[in-house]
Amino acid sequence: MTLDATINEGFADVAEPSRAEPGGAEPDGGEPGGDDARWTAVCPYPRLEPERGVAALVDGAQVAVFRTHDGRLFAIGQRDPIAGAYVMARGIVGSRGEIPTVASPLHKQVYDLRTGDCLDVPGVTVPTYRVRCRDGLVEVATPPTGGS
Amino acid sequence: MTGYAERQRLVVVGNGMVGQRFVEALRSRDTEGRWQVTVLAEEGRPAYDRVRLSAFFDGVDADELSLHRPDDGVELRLGEPVLEIDRTGRRVVTGDGEYSYDALVLATGSYPFVPPIDGAYVAEGPDALGPTPALRSGVFVYRTLDDLTAIRDFAKGRRSGAVIGGGLLGLEAANALRLLGLTTSVVEFAPRLMPVQVDEAGGAMLRRYVEELGVVPHLGVATTAIRSRPDGELAGLTLSDGGWLPTDLVVVAAGIRPRDELARAAGLELGERGGVRVDESCRSADERIWAIGECAAVDGTCYGLVAPGYAMAEVVADRLVGGTATFPGADLSTKLKLLGVDVASFGDAHGRTPGCLDVTFTDPATRVYAKLVLSDDAKTLLGGVLVGDVTAYPTLRASVGGALPGPPLALLAPAGDGTGTGAGIAALPGSAQVCSCNGVTKDQLVGAIVEGCTDVPGLKACTRAGTSCGSCVPMLKQLLAVSGVSLSKALCEHFDHSRQELFEIVRVRGIRTFSRLVAEHGRGRGCDICKPAVASILASLGNGYVLDGEQASLQDTNDHFLANIQRDGTYSVVPRIPGGEITPEKLIVIGEVARDFQLYTKITGGQRIDLFGARVEQLPQIWRRLVDAGFESGHAYGKALRTVKSCVGSTWCRYGVQDSVGLAIALELRYRGLRAPHKLKSAVSGCARECAEARSKDFGIIATEGGWNLYLGGNGGFRPRHAELFGQDLSTEELVRYVDRFLMFYIRTADRLQRTAAWIEALEGGLEHLRAVIVDDSLGLCAELDAAMARHVGAYSDEWRDTLADPERLRRFTSFVNAPDVPDPSITFEVERGQPVPALGDRRPVTLGLPTTMGVPS
Repeated sequence: MTLDATINEGFADVAEPSRAEPGGAEPDGGEPGGDDARWTAVCPYPRLEPERGVAALVDGAQVAVFRTHDGRLFAIGQRDPIAGAYVMARGIVGSRGEIPTVASPLHKQVYDLRTGDCLDVPGVTVPTYRVRCRDGLVEVATPPTGGS
Repeated sequence: MTGYAERQRLVVVGNGMVGQRFVEALRSRDTEGRWQVTVLAEEGRPAYDRVRLSAFFDGVDADELSLHRPDDGVELRLGEPVLEIDRTGRRVVTGDGEYSYDALVLATGSYPFVPPIDGAYVAEGPDALGPTPALRSGVFVYRTLDDLTAIRDFAKGRRSGAVIGGGLLGLEAANALRLLGLTTSVVEFAPRLMPVQVDEAGGAMLRRYVEELGVVPHLGVATTAIRSRPDGELAGLTLSDGGWLPTDLVVVAAGIRPRDELARAAGLELGERGGVRVDESCRSADERIWAIGECAAVDGTCYGLVAPGYAMAEVVADRLVGGTATFPGADLSTKLKLLGVDVASFGDAHGRTPGCLDVTFTDPATRVYAKLVLSDDAKTLLGGVLVGDVTAYPTLRASVGGALPGPPLALLAPAGDGTGTGAGIAALPGSAQVCSCNGVTKDQLVGAIVEGCTDVPGLKACTRAGTSCGSCVPMLKQLLAVSGVSLSKALCEHFDHSRQELFEIVRVRGIRTFSRLVAEHGRGRGCDICKPAVASILASLGNGYVLDGEQASLQDTNDHFLANIQRDGTYSVVPRIPGGEITPEKLIVIGEVARDFQLYTKITGGQRIDLFGARVEQLPQIWRRLVDAGFESGHAYGKALRTVKSCVGSTWCRYGVQDSVGLAIALELRYRGLRAPHKLKSAVSGCARECAEARSKDFGIIATEGGWNLYLGGNGGFRPRHAELFGQDLSTEELVRYVDRFLMFYIRTADRLQRTAAWIEALEGGLEHLRAVIVDDSLGLCAELDAAMARHVGAYSDEWRDTLADPERLRRFTSFVNAPDVPDPSITFEVERGQPVPALGDRRPVTLGLPTTMGVPS
């Protein structure tokens, strides 16, 4: 694939896209983790369509990265823990109450994008990853910070 | 619980019937004076009896309706609506000040729903988010004494009035207009008055009552617009049958919605269909905030009746003095009185149980109509309808599903004691089996409704009731129908509207994006239910390529990748093969593509070929080859027309009487790409031997010597249905015209994921009504339906060809955004019977032992 030449275009209007960190607060442009986190750039921010996900390979792990309508970024494991297939990035992004969610495209169980918890099946979770936007690039941290 | 050193502050928002009942209940229980009570009311007058609202027009004045009892321990502030709840500061803000609280009780009630009728509003269209927006002069709702006063004042010197809505409230309003001396009409979309509560004969008796009172019913029509005279005064209503109803005043009585806007703004959790979500103690997610009455969604369900509201008031009053009461579930009685007529219905009131018997009793002298629905052996009471005299109601209601408590006619004779007031579902034997196939009791069903089931599919999924023979489905509907606000056909937590309502909103207001729709008519950011439904509506209304702009984010993965997702995350590809007719060259191309991409191939039931095991990034390459060979999308991934199957017909078959293949191809090409509430299937058989199995399709056609027979509403699947004969010996032109209208009417009015069989079943009047609409044009819709189909046919474009032509669209088809050349390593195959199949950890090939013995078992 060709990276977007216009990395910063269409980005200025998005305030603090990485403000909400799923696995804990990582302020935009802050120190990378302060622990053993490894940040990997996966794509330019504008490559993400609002309310849609993309799959990325990060340190050998399949990660689903989402941009919500308000510009926030979330990253969870790409594997649907119930069906066992690597499909989460292809689910429908939405909300349940105030919770940003994605629904598995296979059997529609809904997951909390912030915590990775399945809202329909108690006890089921997907891993969550920290994700941020730096210099117009979306970066994902490994290892995951939460979930199974 | 003794000795409260400091009094605690209790703020009650709302002083309606339930709010007032709550304050009284609390005051009588709070003997130690623990709570200091402030009531903040929007209306300028204290609580009054809204159930008897219409008595205002009978000359009963506001004072007589008042429920207010002066109480020195309660500070009642009228005309001071709460503007904001500050949960952190534990205070509410009004225009006049702020009030701190230790406990806050919301009793804000509901507001009247005004459908998006052209010309109903002052300026912009409806705002479904809040209380009634500004209606144009002369258009009213029917909710408060102020509404009634305004109606009375406006009616002075005017001659005619019309009510939109022929349900309970609509008939009350009609009576009110009549009492004001106006020539009164009622417009009701269903073919009878109070369609939810009564059957056809009961509706006919009601109609007689109504007409005797001088009220003119317009049934089976919708109001399409409210028009003004050149001087700005109201002129009248345009009706969907093309009719014109001149009127000086309009009252809209089309249902209610919970008033949850304060709670929503305060970030409190709402029920999926609106209302402040509370648990069985009526407490919200915030432990200091409670909600009761019509604004409360107890475990997700709202109740639009006063009795459950009173029960909630008692529960919260008890809790606030340390008790442990819980909401016991609702009394869902359907006994009503309107225009001086008593009406009741219960059980299988419409007599839809197969083989059931009716005992009817009509007395023109006393104007009483009664019907009992009995099982085929006349021993079990299934339901009934009572109009004019409902004294037998409590006994009968409690006997539904059990043995008849006496000879039918004796049961219908006016009962002696008449003590059964309020005996609704609570009086039923909870152990009575509603669904005998699956052993589901009334208790279980009511439980499921309280838990949030609001429609028949939901009840079926929760309880399995109605999933076998289906004969109890009318009872499920009845149970749902009597549960008040939960009648709501709200699509999901993000929209209070049904799919049909959303379709009309999108169509009438010209909305083209989900964002605008959810911002103006919903809440939140949508989900996997509403987003694909709205995408389908936008597509049906001709908004172009389904993956353009924001529409892309609405689509289910199948529509998003224009292919069908499979259990391992790969996709299957189905090129269109119209009518199942294909040239050898094209067959070879499919074979070559399958071979080159190592796809599993299988012939489908729709006479085409499914290619399985394609990874996301392979889809464009596969389709490039298919499109180059002349194939186009088969829409197997969409809620759209799938195939029109055919037998070989008169071209080859010695029995065939028409060219079934030719017609099938023409129909498939005409309707290809048409987005619908659910998938659509069709077939054409060349003679009565029916080799194409047309009667199992949404629209099936069987050739006759004189033309075509058209069958509508069939399906296979979970509950197979044979399509029913709609037209005989039709010319091809007539056939196409009826199918056009059938499909467009279905697309406009069906619920989400409702196939045509269920849709026809749910239509008031069923197939006959459908015939009236699309053959006789009873709703005046045919020209619009025809035009909509013409637009679809003219605008069709192959989605895969369009996708391949656009690099931007193609960019979606990547395995990994940062490693587009790496295939998903989790996808692996093994070989089974010479073809690739998913190699899944938990999947093992099926091995069937060969039979070792033959013959008749001993």
